[in-house]
Amino acid sequence: MMRLLMILRVALKALNRNKMRTTLTMLGMIIGVAAVIAMVALGKGAQKSIEDQIKSAGTNIINVMSGNFMSMGVRMGSGASNTLTVEDANAIKQMVPGAQYVAAGVSTRNQIIAGNQNWQTRIQGTDVEFPMIRSWGMKYGTFFSTQDITSATKVVVLGSLVATNLFGEEVDPTGQIVRIKNQPFKVVGVLESKGSGTGFEDQDDTAMVPYTTAQKKLMGIQHIQNITVSASSPTTVATTAEAITELLRTRHKIMPGDTDDFMVRTLEEMAAMRTETTRTMTALLAGIAGVSLLVGGIGIMNIMLVSVTERTREIGLRMAIGARSSDVLMQFLVEAVVLSLFGGGIGIALGFGISWGVTEFLTWPTTISTDAVALAFGFSAVIGIFFGFYPATKAAKLDPIEALRFE
Amino acid sequence: MPVISVKDLKKTYVVGDIQVHALRGVSVDVEPGEFLCVTGPSGSGKSTFMHILGCLDKPTSGKYILDGQDVSRMSRDDLAKVRNHRIGFVFQGFNLLSRTSAIENVELPLLYSRDQIKGSDRHKRARAALEIVGLLERSHHHPNQLSGGQQQRVAIARALINNPSILLADEPTGNLDSRTSIEVMDVFQRLNIERGITILLITHEHDIAEYGTRTIAFRDGHIVRDETNTHRRMAKDELAALPPPEVNGGSDSPMALKKKSAPRGAAAGTAGS
Repeated sequence: MMRLLMILRVALKALNRNKMRTTLTMLGMIIGVAAVIAMVALGKGAQKSIEDQIKSAGTNIINVMSGNFMSMGVRMGSGASNTLTVEDANAIKQMVPGAQYVAAGVSTRNQIIAGNQNWQTRIQGTDVEFPMIRSWGMKYGTFFSTQDITSATKVVVLGSLVATNLFGEEVDPTGQIVRIKNQPFKVVGVLESKGSGTGFEDQDDTAMVPYTTAQKKLMGIQHIQNITVSASSPTTVATTAEAITELLRTRHKIMPGDTDDFMVRTLEEMAAMRTETTRTMTALLAGIAGVSLLVGGIGIMNIMLVSVTERTREIGLRMAIGARSSDVLMQFLVEAVVLSLFGGGIGIALGFGISWGVTEFLTWPTTISTDAVALAFGFSAVIGIFFGFYPATKAAKLDPIEALRFE
Repeated sequence: MPVISVKDLKKTYVVGDIQVHALRGVSVDVEPGEFLCVTGPSGSGKSTFMHILGCLDKPTSGKYILDGQDVSRMSRDDLAKVRNHRIGFVFQGFNLLSRTSAIENVELPLLYSRDQIKGSDRHKRARAALEIVGLLERSHHHPNQLSGGQQQRVAIARALINNPSILLADEPTGNLDSRTSIEVMDVFQRLNIERGITILLITHEHDIAEYGTRTIAFRDGHIVRDETNTHRRMAKDELAALPPPEVNGGSDSPMALKKKSAPRGAAAGTAGS
């Protein structure tokens, strides 16, 4: 222990003798470690904000979409089949115990006209339980009713962005008439603002009408395109999704081994996919930053090699007055490790600083991960040992007589 | 019992296909308290001889007994220990660590001591060694703030710190002017006469060799001359006869060896007897 302290003191003194060089060598490590930590923090921050958004959308949501449809060997792709029906939605509601709320849905894009303003948006035909599934409150007015569904009334609930674009900010448009496909629709309410959602589209850029109205008055179809279901709790999402799949396969008479003509997706799965993407990005960024860490390590090795050559006489002298090869080896190894660990330490501080700055001034979310800090620090120690070992061995192998004669 | 006993020492280097016989059978005994000067032209084998005596090199054959212990077949690490504890080295180029204070330079061998020595003890011993060479008041100066003679005296203090059996000096005056050379020789003579320290000194200058008690001369790997100096030059007397130096006389002037104040541990008594 005392011996190690002694070696550490000798190493610190040697590093202190050439401050400029020590600082520059450490800079390589500092930049490498700081880059790794900042990059990982950025990646983790992005990941976390996606997770948060998905959570805000509700983690117990299950989406059933009409799937692939094959006609005489020609596969039409997702959403092409028209086998999903309102009856399917009702069956889910009645026969799947885990399904709390169920909403049949169709979707189209149309121009909405109000007075001299117009706006193209996604028109969602949906059911009364949709706001419950998404826990989406009303800003003005009310959501449409079951009565509106059965009689396919021409009523519309506007998303806050659409309402703002058509009627202006902070204006309650309830009771106004808008025109969609040249048909008058009465505005019954405006949804609360939810902001951009799980994807890249703005959730508030939408208008909702009863699905029956959308089917008959806007799209002229009999089938539905999707069913949104909420499981009674986030823990039952997977089993409920399975039960829905099972039920729909039976209803659609799909033979075992044949592919489904519908898709069941949970938000959790989508979250996982998105998280996977950001994780890949994080790994990529960290990898690039890791390269700079490696370059920092090579810098240390370079300087240690120069240092060994430069201090050949010193090494010879130390050996002459009783230093063993192992003492010399340890001295140079400890010097390299001190360089890399000090650099690593400062780099961690700098990495924290950069992450803080990015959040503070660019408002990008960052999350410092302890893993990354531990990894960067451990890695810098390993780099010190790895890149310090060769120069240190070179020093330890010197012949004292030759070393003393070295000019 | 001789402090150094060398029997039929041979050293052969192989350079490519050629065998170089640096030492061709050297036998010599050195008694405690001797001041042995080793001379000879370059290539005579005197450097190889000193390297082997200094345990920096191993002989090809023959025996080297230091302090009654055969060191000719020791491992590298054991030789390092012998160098640390029993041999003090003084070099032509001083070999002090730059940007390191005199006292830290003197302490250096203690860092490699196999006994654990506390920091305060190291400091005490280093101060004592610096006092012997008369540089106590310069203990915190760095080498570049010291004159050549002062640097060599720091190097001598460093050689003394582990209380060695022998002091090996390799051309210690080679880089010094004549007056400073005499001053450094005065330090060696005092250590030899007043403390009975055995000194082996390599030099190619015959007048420097005359400060010793005995001179051996090498030629072609053999000792060709081994004689006791009948007319030993005394550095102290020569310095007294010289005019005083113009600058920084105080600390550069020959110092008295204060026996009373020298604590144990630093070069006290006759080593190895």
